[in-house]
Amino acid sequence: MKIVDTLVTSSAQQTTTVPGIGQFRADFPILDIKVDDKPLIYLDNAASSQMPQAVIDCLVRYQKTQHANIHRAVHYLSNLATQEYEAARCKLQNFIGAREDREVIFTSGTTDSINLVMHGYGRKFIQRGDEIILSELEHHSNIVPWQMLAEERGAHIRVAPINDAGELLVEEYEKLFNSKTRFVALSHVSNALGSINPIKRMIAIAHQHDVPVLIDGAQAAPHLKIDVQDLDCDFYAFSAHKMCGPTGIGILYGKAHLLESMQPFKGGGDMIASVSFEKTTYNEIPYKFEAGTPPIAAAIGFGAAIDYLEQIGLDAIADYEHELLLYASEQIRMIPGVKIIGDCPDKVAVISFVIDGIHPHDVGTLLNQEGIAVRTGHHCAQPIMQRFNVAATSRASFSFYNTKKEIDALVAGIRSVQKVFAQ
Amino acid sequence: MSLKSIYQEVILDHNRKPRNYGSLSHPTHHATGHNPLCGDRIDLDVNMLNERIEEIVFRGESCAICKASSSMMTNAVKGRSRQEAEALIQEFRDMLVSRENKDFDHLGRLKVLAGVRDLPTRVKCAILPWHTLHAAMNSTGDATTEADSHLNNKPVANNY
Repeated sequence: MKIVDTLVTSSAQQTTTVPGIGQFRADFPILDIKVDDKPLIYLDNAASSQMPQAVIDCLVRYQKTQHANIHRAVHYLSNLATQEYEAARCKLQNFIGAREDREVIFTSGTTDSINLVMHGYGRKFIQRGDEIILSELEHHSNIVPWQMLAEERGAHIRVAPINDAGELLVEEYEKLFNSKTRFVALSHVSNALGSINPIKRMIAIAHQHDVPVLIDGAQAAPHLKIDVQDLDCDFYAFSAHKMCGPTGIGILYGKAHLLESMQPFKGGGDMIASVSFEKTTYNEIPYKFEAGTPPIAAAIGFGAAIDYLEQIGLDAIADYEHELLLYASEQIRMIPGVKIIGDCPDKVAVISFVIDGIHPHDVGTLLNQEGIAVRTGHHCAQPIMQRFNVAATSRASFSFYNTKKEIDALVAGIRSVQKVFAQ
Repeated sequence: MSLKSIYQEVILDHNRKPRNYGSLSHPTHHATGHNPLCGDRIDLDVNMLNERIEEIVFRGESCAICKASSSMMTNAVKGRSRQEAEALIQEFRDMLVSRENKDFDHLGRLKVLAGVRDLPTRVKCAILPWHTLHAAMNSTGDATTEADSHLNNKPVANNY
């Protein structure tokens, strides 16, 4: 037993060259579960990450001792819940380096944030014949709202292409601008391939043409340090559940003057200053965009997740995850018959791959029987699948709580899938 | 049951060497089946004579479960009347989605696909060819697993 213990410890130490980061794995109770008697190896973090005990505790504490509706009553609990909710907003503000807390709007997640901008900005300012620029790497949530708007308004979608490595072609993107261009919506990081897009340059190009830019940061915020003032983006959206927080909550960052110029997205309570049957005056930002009772516990839990991630440090997370990416890429590339889709140097720790002659869904089902959770399918990014001429891929996406040992298990799993189909 | 048994030899064999694979030059009936979840897509060509399936072939891009199910289905319905085929479609569907503990012995070899019922995300893969056959015989042109509310009520991780 002692030898085994030593081996486990030494292997755990090998996986943690960034000092101290391995210790955080123990903060995630779910990582101890078994799947069919096999230890869970959770490599579907790009779909949703797991929640540390600190965030679970925060949710329980809130429900047990702090819950009431916010921004309404004068009683103790309502004050407390309001303070906690607004404190979470400030944590998010600091996390992304926003100038003011009112530039942070709580939404139900990235999709909701993008739809808010589509309705609030797009439907007010985009007219017939106008053009909206997207990229080939977008998730459906950053395509479909703009298509709906384009259809309603008679506007047009232009698409910035990528190369075979999955990198956005900035020169081609720049050529798409003309006097009709009114809006740009880009992902910071591709969910299907992991490519990190050169958004700072792309935002600067858009601004040269006086065009505002929305960044879908759902896959970036969990892994990279975000500074919205440095990026100079006009809108930035992301979700809590991909970064150790609860589902049902996310934010939209927007520059204050833009948010103020926009029309509300949803009508209801809390988003008004006064209501009569003749006329309603809207509340100020951010409340103008937060109609109805929000998921208060989730917002506060999001704040706790931000505290947790900042305690580790986004730079330490990025360094460690990059090491995982390099190791996994190298190991997977060595397996004959396996091809990585989207292999550009600047990536977060996401590996999309296909195995010759084996459909990704079969790969996913067989890996599952080894306790390994990967995503299989088109990853809500069918245009990328078409671009690479595949119906679907398997995707392993890593978090700072994953280890090299788990990558070894994935590689062994892929080989055993190949064995089953070679029978 | 163990997940491993889904990929039994029979299924792997039908995946590797699908029966009745290809196309007919002038099929009397045709439909395309599509599972947007995983991108499975199959085309089914059928020649019907006097309400009986004379010839049936399929082709397409799909996972092993879908391909094996297609291959076994074409074997099972060839020579059957429309009525018999429709009854078999219903039986097969019941085998995968019914909560009742019914006996499906009469389905013979098709029973090898019964294990899929424990994998809700894969039920659609197995059922797609059967939906497509129904669509082809009724000349509705195409089929999708999304139109079957019974499948959508199952806990399927439809993340798109």
